Amino acid sequence: MVRTRYAADRGLQARMGLTMFLLGLVFVAFVIALVFILQAFGIGNGAIIFFAVLLGGGLAFGSLFWSDKIALRASGAQEVSPQEAPQLHGIIDRLCALADMPKPRVAIAQSDMPNAFATGRNSKNAVICVTTGLLRRLDDKELEGVLAHEMSHVAHKDVVVMTIASFLGIIAALLVRFAFYSELFGGGGRGRGGNDANSGIVMLVMLAVGVVVYAVSFLLIRLLSRYRELAADRAGALLTGQPSALASALTKVSGAMSAIPTKDLREAQALNAFYFAPAFKADQVSLSTLFSTHPSLDRRLRQLSEISSQLGR
Amino acid sequence: MGFLDTLLGRTKPVQPKLDALFSLPTAAITLQAAMGFTPTGTGSVCFRPAEGRAFHDIEGEVRELLSMGTDAPQVEVTGDSYGFTWLVCKHSSDDIESLVTDLHAVNASLAEGGFGPQLLCTLVGFTDSAHRKLGIVYLYKRGTFYPFAPQSGERRDNALELEVRGNVGVDLKIETDLSRWFPVWGAPGL
Repeated sequence: MVRTRYAADRGLQARMGLTMFLLGLVFVAFVIALVFILQAFGIGNGAIIFFAVLLGGGLAFGSLFWSDKIALRASGAQEVSPQEAPQLHGIIDRLCALADMPKPRVAIAQSDMPNAFATGRNSKNAVICVTTGLLRRLDDKELEGVLAHEMSHVAHKDVVVMTIASFLGIIAALLVRFAFYSELFGGGGRGRGGNDANSGIVMLVMLAVGVVVYAVSFLLIRLLSRYRELAADRAGALLTGQPSALASALTKVSGAMSAIPTKDLREAQALNAFYFAPAFKADQVSLSTLFSTHPSLDRRLRQLSEISSQLGR
Repeated sequence: MGFLDTLLGRTKPVQPKLDALFSLPTAAITLQAAMGFTPTGTGSVCFRPAEGRAFHDIEGEVRELLSMGTDAPQVEVTGDSYGFTWLVCKHSSDDIESLVTDLHAVNASLAEGGFGPQLLCTLVGFTDSAHRKLGIVYLYKRGTFYPFAPQSGERRDNALELEVRGNVGVDLKIETDLSRWFPVWGAPGL
């Protein structure tokens, strides 16, 4: 029997499973609440829900299907050939062979902010992008660690998982907005007898339900995102067998990030969920741990040092 | 990866396939008969060293294992610019069976020590009368082979590689996905 040194983190998996279960639960509760509201008032505002689901589904599907193009466009990254970036391609070639994965496309973004992201709806359409700032600051071992982390995101299908998870939040947000606008424009002058007062109440209740669902699902999605980051760190560190190199890259990137003017960071925040490390100042993170897409540097370093001692045993 | 693996964000490190390596001697005969390529007698195992004491100890054991016995091969350890370690074994050029046995001993030791997922590839060198260089690369995780023919200045002789694929396709399980035929520039033993 071949021994394995690559133990799975059952605790992390259990917490991730629980978060997803809660998200599903919120979704079911949301649907039941909507059906209940509509039945209680006995009127057909089903059209609004139908449109919200249709539009939300369309948005989610579109952002998933074109995720590689959207992210590359937003970050201004260019795909590079093996001739243009031989070292980068060489590292990724070897990681793919180690992990038995198809090779993703490789892109470089001209930005001094040291970061990397992986996107694409499946491993065939995956793109891994690094910034010139990252290439300049990290040595090859650290760069390999970052790339292994991003490859793990691809292997875990994190873009798909997070898009599906966000679907609920999108629909809730759309419903709130629809309810709000129809209240503004539709409620007043149309005069359809007794229905009018009722539909006003329905809109208000739907607004309330939408706000609550949006808030709860937002927190759960962020929690899920942090767990997925930890899982990618873990898988990446085990792939290279060098957790300390990844830890060193994380420290360097976070350190460099806090030295960058806040204005540039704010421009980058739209892409945060994709990134290897979030574009925030360190003190901002401590204020909003609950809302953060990434775990704190401390938490990530702690896991990596656990893996390191596990490998050495 | 299964549905549950995706849901829980876990990857099981891929274990290497070791035994397909023993089909190399037959392929060497075919290569010589069909294309005039003979083994150089040099082969290497490439792996990614893991950090920590455990891996270091096993690496030491492997080197010791190879240097024992009367017909001990010359063993050389080199690192490449990607941080991978190449363990190079040199035998006489007509003894490819011993070479393959030694290479197998290396990867079996690593796998038994629990570090199988760290194995990247094995490379066996060939050359012909015109001094063209050819490496047969074995991918541990796929259990497949592919030819790699480097030329000067980081260019590959793709025509030669495809010709080799046509000739040894019966003896070896050749990697069908061409995007996985990644170049191993400057690999020791080529």
